[in-house]
Amino acid sequence: MSSADIYRELILDYYRNPRNFGKLEEFDIDARDTNPLCGDEVEIQIKVGEGGKIEDIKFVGKGCAISQASASMLTELAKGKKLDWVREVTKEDIFKMLGNPDLGPSRVKCALLGMKVLKTGVYGYLGAHFEDSDWSGETP
Amino acid sequence: MLKSEVLDIEKVRADFPILKRMVHGKRLVYLDNSNTTQKPKAVIDALVNYYSAHNSNVHRAVYVLAEEATESYEGARRKVAGFVGVVPKELVFVRGTTEATNLVRFAWGETNVKKGDLLVSTLMEHHSNIVPWQLLAKRNGATLKFVGLRPDGTLDMESLENLLRESPRLVAVAHCSNVLGTINDVAKICEMARKVGATTLVDGAQAVPHMPVNVESIGADFYAFSGHKMLGPTGIGALVAKKELLEEMEPFHGGGEMIREVFLDHSTWNDVPYKFEAGTVNIADAIGLGAAVDYLTDLGMDKVREHEVRLLDYALQALSEIRGFHQYGPLDPKKRAGVISFNFADVHPHDLATVLDEEGIAIRSGHHCAQPLMRWLDVTATSRASFHVYNSYDDVDALKAGIEKAGGIFKV
Repeated sequence: MSSADIYRELILDYYRNPRNFGKLEEFDIDARDTNPLCGDEVEIQIKVGEGGKIEDIKFVGKGCAISQASASMLTELAKGKKLDWVREVTKEDIFKMLGNPDLGPSRVKCALLGMKVLKTGVYGYLGAHFEDSDWSGETP
Repeated sequence: MLKSEVLDIEKVRADFPILKRMVHGKRLVYLDNSNTTQKPKAVIDALVNYYSAHNSNVHRAVYVLAEEATESYEGARRKVAGFVGVVPKELVFVRGTTEATNLVRFAWGETNVKKGDLLVSTLMEHHSNIVPWQLLAKRNGATLKFVGLRPDGTLDMESLENLLRESPRLVAVAHCSNVLGTINDVAKICEMARKVGATTLVDGAQAVPHMPVNVESIGADFYAFSGHKMLGPTGIGALVAKKELLEEMEPFHGGGEMIREVFLDHSTWNDVPYKFEAGTVNIADAIGLGAAVDYLTDLGMDKVREHEVRLLDYALQALSEIRGFHQYGPLDPKKRAGVISFNFADVHPHDLATVLDEEGIAIRSGHHCAQPLMRWLDVTATSRASFHVYNSYDDVDALKAGIEKAGGIFKV
């Protein structure tokens, strides 16, 4: 696959017009991480709603097209879902979301930075709210 | 544009086996020389020859192999020392510039830097000439301050003068910036620092590989550089310092080789520079570095420098024709090493590097281990193309075409 395939319309569009970009006035989750290789930076904030739902989610960041588009698309995917959904998200889901670009090992980290931040934030929150939660970890 | 050759570029290129390699089906265009350089066959052969015919430990045993190894290792020290204009006793082999600055931090800094002392570095330094001084300042209760930069990417000499008025204990400065290419007038800086009693350390990692350097005439107390950036192997470099200074200093690592006599309650130290070369040294790579120095000497460092000035001049003109191209650093190629840090429209350096990689072009992208400088430039990262002896005008043309291709993909 060529770089023209990696940087298709979809990724360029999210890079230049990131959805859910910004900060929330009120939030329950705030997580940030950087990719030391590139200096890519992503911060994600989440407002948790009724029944552990992701009521609102925003991100800010700096970095390459892949890291920023990936983070933005992930926030769109996460919005409205239950926090437990975040536990099930896999690398493969992220690659699929980006259109399965052929990324070398060093660029895979860019693609997965948003997921790492989202999981770090949500896992921390779920851990801290484990006892009083009547919704987390339950299987139907 | 002028495209005249000062080196026989085809002959030089034939000396580097890796340049025959294809990358993604394209000719390798290697433009990441500030990061590390490729190795000529002479250097690779020197390593193979040492391990094939002379391998043994140095300075110890009395058999033939050991004497050959010792002679080759000390021969390498003579060559490298001569290459930068000092005597062999004043050259300590280390792993590289980072180990050199850390050696100074421990062996000189721990005993010479006192609470309340001032250490001075600059905003254009590589992390290896910042972080050791932060650690030293923290441990010994000193303060670390930085010389500012002028908008053209040169050192702000007024800022330096102001800091010198505070009588710093140490002034640590790059001979040449790994990002901006700025060549600092280190001889003048060392003279100014000496007048206020400061010890000076010059990071020569980006200078020694690219231009004639004479440490004696620069007058630095410490001068450090790395072998792998000057066609030599990884894992070898040098710290150069005056013999008296090395003699005064405490050892760095303790162990074999660096001692004269060991008793249960104390030890005495070997002569310099051996006092700073504890344990089994990096014999093979030192010999490889000696071979690199021979190779560069044969080409002539004046010619190496002139070659890079011409390439830089050509590249700055060619690349500035690209819409959206923005370069950092002084514009005069005579005041700058063969390195171009740049950004291209809103294309992130890592994305550009990915597109270029597909064309077989290797550039560095990121913060170049100079995060304070990135903040000063107000960028998170830059792309960087840097030259050495085997780069040609064709390489610059390939880079230009690659950036233009990225412009097409990114609809710049």
